[in-house]
Amino acid sequence: MTTIKSQLIYDKTIIKDEWLTIELPKINVEVKKQAGKVVLFKLTGEEYPTEEQVNKAVFPSSGKILLHLKVLIKHQELLKNRIKNQDIGFWFATHEEIEDSLLLLGDINQFPLIAVNIEKFSDGRIFSRGKQLRIKYGFNKTLRAFGDVLRDQLFFLKRSGFNSYLIRKDRDAIDALKGLNDFSNPYQGALDTINPAWKRIKR
Amino acid sequence: MYKYDQIDQKLVDERVNQYSDQLHRYLNKELSDEEFRPLRLQNGLYIQRHAPMLRVAIPYGMLSSKQLRKLADIADKFDRGYGHFSTRQNIQFNWPKLENTPKILKELAEVEMHAIQTSGNCIRNITTDQFAGATPDEIIDPRYIAEIIRQWSTFHPEFALLPRKFKISVTGSAKDRALVQAHDIGLEFSKNTIGKMVIKVWVGGGLGRTPVIGSVIREELEWQHILTYCEAILRVYNLYGRRDNMYKARIKILVKALGIDEFRRLVEKEWAFIKDGPNTIDEKELNRVASFFTAPDYKKSKSINLDKFIDNKHFVKWLSRNTHSHKIKGYRSVTLSLKANHNAPGDATAKQMHAVAELADKYSFSELRVSHEQNLILADVEESQLYELWEQAKLYNLTTPNIGLLTDIICCPGGDFCSLANAKSIPIAESIQTLFDDMDYLHDIGDISLNISGCMNACGHHHVGHIGVLGVDKDGSEWYQVTLGGDQGNNASIGKVIGPSFSSEEMPIVVKKIIDVYVQQRHEGELFIDCVKRIGIEPFKSRVYGDEV
Repeated sequence: MTTIKSQLIYDKTIIKDEWLTIELPKINVEVKKQAGKVVLFKLTGEEYPTEEQVNKAVFPSSGKILLHLKVLIKHQELLKNRIKNQDIGFWFATHEEIEDSLLLLGDINQFPLIAVNIEKFSDGRIFSRGKQLRIKYGFNKTLRAFGDVLRDQLFFLKRSGFNSYLIRKDRDAIDALKGLNDFSNPYQGALDTINPAWKRIKR
Repeated sequence: MYKYDQIDQKLVDERVNQYSDQLHRYLNKELSDEEFRPLRLQNGLYIQRHAPMLRVAIPYGMLSSKQLRKLADIADKFDRGYGHFSTRQNIQFNWPKLENTPKILKELAEVEMHAIQTSGNCIRNITTDQFAGATPDEIIDPRYIAEIIRQWSTFHPEFALLPRKFKISVTGSAKDRALVQAHDIGLEFSKNTIGKMVIKVWVGGGLGRTPVIGSVIREELEWQHILTYCEAILRVYNLYGRRDNMYKARIKILVKALGIDEFRRLVEKEWAFIKDGPNTIDEKELNRVASFFTAPDYKKSKSINLDKFIDNKHFVKWLSRNTHSHKIKGYRSVTLSLKANHNAPGDATAKQMHAVAELADKYSFSELRVSHEQNLILADVEESQLYELWEQAKLYNLTTPNIGLLTDIICCPGGDFCSLANAKSIPIAESIQTLFDDMDYLHDIGDISLNISGCMNACGHHHVGHIGVLGVDKDGSEWYQVTLGGDQGNNASIGKVIGPSFSSEEMPIVVKKIIDVYVQQRHEGELFIDCVKRIGIEPFKSRVYGDEV
């Protein structure tokens, strides 16, 4: 088996990334400080991205692309055929509230890929975002984590509804694969293994 | 008590491997300090003043004599021959070497123990009443509920990296000994009017920098929903709790900011999607776990007449303070005091641990508990064996008859060990214990709780001490702020600060003055806390500060 040089894990294997992630244009963002310290986390529900960022976002006119949710909404009409062709996915960040935006999109499962961006590996909101997408909004296609995605969080991501992981650039994706198998038989029911241990196995 | 099956054992073994590998990668510089931090913390490993500190989980405070012997051996082999029992019913080793920690965890796994989630921003050890299963005022045995929650919360994937730590406490008695109102989630089990088991759910309580008594989010939750309801609470907290400021990150701040009604609305909204889902408990599972906590093989034992010991003043005192009534006639629960003078509160030597294991084997069905007051409990002792037990425990300095008295001080490790502390706490405890060494006087003063924390993280629970002492840092030196009127249990309240802080030398005298006011002002039979509640803090204040205030 030849190994593919890629940072992307899908399910349990490393695959080539067919998707182009369209980042938001960088504009001057005010750095918030608190008692002299730079604030690491954005607050849940914070206005993001800015209108200016959404308006200035540019993307190629063909190929599979992953757009920020708000950029997608802005260009939804224009992208109609590409959406139909399964060429459009969308992403958002852990602190963003997406419920209102999702209402504007219609069927969530017309998108083959949703990605959640995690700025800091220790931001556990990503797990609840995964869970909500699966159980509250009924998403049943590929769910990807990207950003500060590391080996020691993969097991939890897998159990929270994710099945695609774009490992941080400077880390080895092959090594990260091991993280998916940290525990063989967890106690609680979650999104990969629905039933708790006491329902799965005679105890 | 609970016994591991293959699933439990495998998880703990896999954890040892996972942690060993993480440590290896850290030492190999494949993981940064920042990346390793949450991993080591969720394994109870702190980097402290002198050496790493390892906190080992004692789920809901239950230990077998075999486990206690293992803890003693670890103290001997990897530490300096002692351990510290904490206010969350765990044990801490202050001097292990970093490279030895995987070995320690491996040894612990041999006796069904671990250090999983004893620190870090996750669901911590579930705590409960130290007299669970034995106390006459019990309605529901909280231990099997605690075990069900322990399993559910262990490596919970969604709540592995919360905004901040999360503590759950369970009680099933009329009198709350588990501080449920001072926890992130407090669960009070009882039976409703038609005899069905229900839960009163408290949320957003906590001590620390901003002490708050919890709010009731549900008056009567049906027990089947315990896990899914907790999940909904935690999801709302995980998403909306603040992550930009660690001092405002606990759930209590979120509940206060939203108000309990809005918080409840959000929880109910999330709950709607998971209610009756796979993690709903059923009767069969409840009974399976409960079957581990059946009553031991009590003998038909008669209450014995203890009058023959009336002349043995020491024994009689011990009997009145250090034993607790039992649901079975002829039995009592015994508290072995880890609060002897000149002993850091909660510390036990390996020798003492071995001795207690021996006593547990001989007198209490080979089991014991750790209380959040940092003492050890033998829950099921026959009355006819109390004298014998007392005589043997005395040899190991475990019979100080001060349970619930002024010198039964609850105290964190403080500045001697902890890198978070602003001030030392153990020497303060010792100086107070030294001043109040007259047992007759202590018994005359009666029930008082004195709690000392070395910083506002409040590991010594100073807010709920009748007398609370908090170490503060003023211009680089150590000072102590005193609060009065805190209380735990069903009438939990937060103590009030009496005024400017004191130096360590002043502290014993300050406590003496407070006690003097009580002795002068008390009505006959009135407890210290009731006296404080009746007369307010003013009389104490003016005695302590004299003309200065």
